[in-house]
Amino acid sequence: MIPLYFLLWLPLAGVLLLALLPSYRLAGHLNIAISAATFAASVWLAWDVLHTGPELSRGNLFYIDAFNVYLVALTAFVGLTTAIFSRPYMQHEVERGRVGPRRMRLYHSMYQGFLFAMLLALTTNNMGVLWVAMEAATLTTVLLVSLYRTPESVEAAWKYFILCGVGIAQALFGTVLLYFAAERRLGPDRGRALLWNVLHNHAAQLDPAVLTIAFVFLLVGYGTKVGLVPLHNWLPDAHSEGPTPMSAVLSGLLLNVALYALVRVKMLVDGSLHTALAGHLMMGFGLLSFLVAVLFLHRQHDIKRMFSYSSIEHMGLMTFAFGIGGALATFAALLHMTVHSLTKSSIFVTVGHAAQLTGTQRIEHIRGLIRTQPTVGWGLLAGTLAIAGFPPFGVFMSEFLVLNATMKSWPWLTLPLLLGLAVAFAGLFRYVQPMVYGIPPPGQVRVRANMLPVAIHLALVLWLGLSIPLFLAHWFEQATQLISGSLPL
Amino acid sequence: MADQLTGWLFAVLQTLLFAGTAPLLSGWIKRLKCHLQNRAAPSLFQPYRDLAKLFGKNVVLAQNASWLFRVAPYVVFGAILLAASAVPLVAIPLPTAAIADVIVLAGFFALARFFQTLASMDIGTTFGGMGASREVTVASLAEPAMLMAVFTLTMTASTTNLSVAMQHILDAGLVLRPSFLFAFLSLAMVAVAETGRIPVDNPETHLELTMLHEATVLEYSARHLALIDWAGMIKLMIYAVLISDIFLPWGIARQLTLPAVAVGVVAVAAKLAMLAVLLALWETVLAKMRLFRVPQFLGFAFLLSLLGLLMHVILESAL
Amino acid sequence: MHPDNLGVFSQGILVSAALVLFTSFVMLAQARIQPLIYAFAWQGALLSVTTALVALVSGHAHLYISALLTFGLKALLIPWMLYRLTQRLHIQFDVEIVSHPSLTLLAGAVLVVFCYYVALPVAQLSTLVTRNTIAVSMATVLLGMLLMITRRTAVAQVIGFMSIENGLFFAAVASTYGMPMIVELGVAFDVLVAAVLFGVFFFQIRSSIDSLDVDRLDRLSEKGD
Repeated sequence: MIPLYFLLWLPLAGVLLLALLPSYRLAGHLNIAISAATFAASVWLAWDVLHTGPELSRGNLFYIDAFNVYLVALTAFVGLTTAIFSRPYMQHEVERGRVGPRRMRLYHSMYQGFLFAMLLALTTNNMGVLWVAMEAATLTTVLLVSLYRTPESVEAAWKYFILCGVGIAQALFGTVLLYFAAERRLGPDRGRALLWNVLHNHAAQLDPAVLTIAFVFLLVGYGTKVGLVPLHNWLPDAHSEGPTPMSAVLSGLLLNVALYALVRVKMLVDGSLHTALAGHLMMGFGLLSFLVAVLFLHRQHDIKRMFSYSSIEHMGLMTFAFGIGGALATFAALLHMTVHSLTKSSIFVTVGHAAQLTGTQRIEHIRGLIRTQPTVGWGLLAGTLAIAGFPPFGVFMSEFLVLNATMKSWPWLTLPLLLGLAVAFAGLFRYVQPMVYGIPPPGQVRVRANMLPVAIHLALVLWLGLSIPLFLAHWFEQATQLISGSLPL
Repeated sequence: MADQLTGWLFAVLQTLLFAGTAPLLSGWIKRLKCHLQNRAAPSLFQPYRDLAKLFGKNVVLAQNASWLFRVAPYVVFGAILLAASAVPLVAIPLPTAAIADVIVLAGFFALARFFQTLASMDIGTTFGGMGASREVTVASLAEPAMLMAVFTLTMTASTTNLSVAMQHILDAGLVLRPSFLFAFLSLAMVAVAETGRIPVDNPETHLELTMLHEATVLEYSARHLALIDWAGMIKLMIYAVLISDIFLPWGIARQLTLPAVAVGVVAVAAKLAMLAVLLALWETVLAKMRLFRVPQFLGFAFLLSLLGLLMHVILESAL
Repeated sequence: MHPDNLGVFSQGILVSAALVLFTSFVMLAQARIQPLIYAFAWQGALLSVTTALVALVSGHAHLYISALLTFGLKALLIPWMLYRLTQRLHIQFDVEIVSHPSLTLLAGAVLVVFCYYVALPVAQLSTLVTRNTIAVSMATVLLGMLLMITRRTAVAQVIGFMSIENGLFFAAVASTYGMPMIVELGVAFDVLVAAVLFGVFFFQIRSSIDSLDVDRLDRLSEKGD
């Protein structure tokens, strides 16, 4: 459990340290260092869990199994690469005068605060603490969304705050009901009744009626954070108006963690209900989100907004896949979580550079990236290809598996899925093609762009598309077995 | 037979007591208000003198007054008096208890109001019509609130009969019921509106623009006016008795023995005196609200009674 | 659970629970800023009284701590912070135009009925003294949401948000005699941080649109500008 303590204490110490550090240049480096150390701790933890199996910390406060350990590693990894990207990017923003050094302190401190909240949400064994961490994730990021203090960003942050706050409140109500159901069965030992491993072991004894109501509330609550339609309104605003590194971690990590929470809850509810109700609800909301987001993709003028709708689309797809529930679909959803997170954060990084070199986020004003700065242009093109599900990228692989699973259990639903994917593909390329190839307007200048994170992410996604490494496949299999109860393939 | 006779005797006596002490209550409230507002207070018996003076005068009638105009005061007074006879003032087991039903009570009030508003339109002056329309507006909003509040109480006692409900409450002993709290507030607000007190109406002025009740009786004089005023006093007393006897029924006589009835008289006098203090305070602290806000006021009263009903169902049911 | 058969403290729980709900309705109807804050403070105070009574009846000592925490946070600190903020922003005497006030209140009453039906299966399973108040706590949550929907000023929305939190805390007390202490402390911490952040946001909104009317935050939408 030693790596776990490192994993949580490091970002927490980072919050304080970076809040006190006056130099934002130094803070940028320190931010990378802390993120790197956190990533190292997560690898260590993953190594431990891979060899010794699920671990329960002393005091039962933390529980690490195959499902969350790979998300921990993913979170720490994307946290690290985004920190690497963020240092020169934010420095450039300071030079442009969009943020002052004082706000940079807030930025760096809250960056680590956000990572801490994510990691806490992933590792905790207590459903109540999970809620607290999810709320904390909102609280740490809300001031970052309004970092630029433009009217738009303040509006986006306010919406984000209010909608997510109210949404997540529903999840707390669901948690209370969960506790209620558990406490009746597990007797007077009050501390245990919210522990996930205890709940999971006794899921069959929990009252189905109460758990049904609890699940509805939890679905609405965590679903708001996942960005499920019709509770998605905050997401495009928050993603488009905040600083780009924030968009990358929000899209790549926060949505994942919210979905993680939802799946954990689903596992409990499935154990109690013995019906597919939870799965069907998730399928319905997932499919709805997928289709609505796909249509909205076509109506965008802001490049970050467009990709945030793409995030909703993919989260919808994952929710749908988890909803189907079989081994294959779950495996596909887990894989999709990984590749989407990697791809989407790399896209936001590229988009950030593109916005800096053109000085705008308006799609019609971004032209000819590949001529002005070929690396950015290629990066955007490759990222878009990957996210649109082109072979041989990993997204193709996971989407193919989702379609496969759908074909097996809900054949007629493959049609809207295929249609949606095609429409999304058309929407993305309709806008991205001129941005990459068009004629650059005068005054477009090159910027210092660190494309290393993008390259690493896309290479990983490519690798995952071609062959899943053995240790990762092993993880996915274990996680799939945990969630769906059977082995994939 | 003898029992029944004493019963009826008591019933008649109680009704007379009701009618006889109603002006006293009004005088007491007026006195309290004057004291609270640092004014020289009229005598406690001033309302009696006013009534006597009015009864001694000659009636002045408008030329186009119809029979309706002349009959209305008697109908109003009669209906209110009948209503008063139905409300248990000092004792519960009376023969009139059979008609002591809340819905009957509301019916009597509605009858009185109906005739009063008709009569006020009879002459055809603007003020009469204006007053009638305002009076009916207030009544149409107050009545549902009142009925809803009363239903909350009757749901606890499972009857709409006042006597039986009081028996039930007395039997249960002192119980804190959230529904009663809301019903009490709602009923108090309705009573304020129905009896034309501040903040809905000001009983002491004839300020043209804000009149409600006064506008409907503007054309009356002498004994007609006396009857209507007296009926108004009795109505105020009925509401006061209703509120105090439903929510705090302790002290009311449960047998028709002399000591029990004596206790009942003292208890109800004390309760009414206290309630009058509250009303005087309320009228001193608050100002009359604009007419347009009266629907909001009554809407809130309705909401309170609705909440009372819901609280009864949610919190006080056995599941 | 007939109140006739309960002890006086259990009756007190029911009465104070009803009053908590009543304050929710008062907030819905109250258009002026300062009385709105007072109503919110009263709700917090009543909530802590309810919690203390539940602690007394059930014998769960940890609920006294929760009651104290609630009183400090929801009845004193947060209302005081809001009060100070309204003073510093010079909006303490503002009156908001509430559209369709009676309709809003009626909708609130409908929500209460809805909550009754949703909470019925839960309440039927429960054996606690407080089981009848589960529906009330849920109604407090939904009424807070209604407040947020019907209001346009940031302060009123924040009060709605905090009132939702009140309702959630109430739900925990009513259905399970409170959550484990660690969760309760975490939630309280989150609420406190949220309150501070809201304060920061008042100033940000004010400086960006010269008003606290959040309806005027309408630059971002899908109208395709």
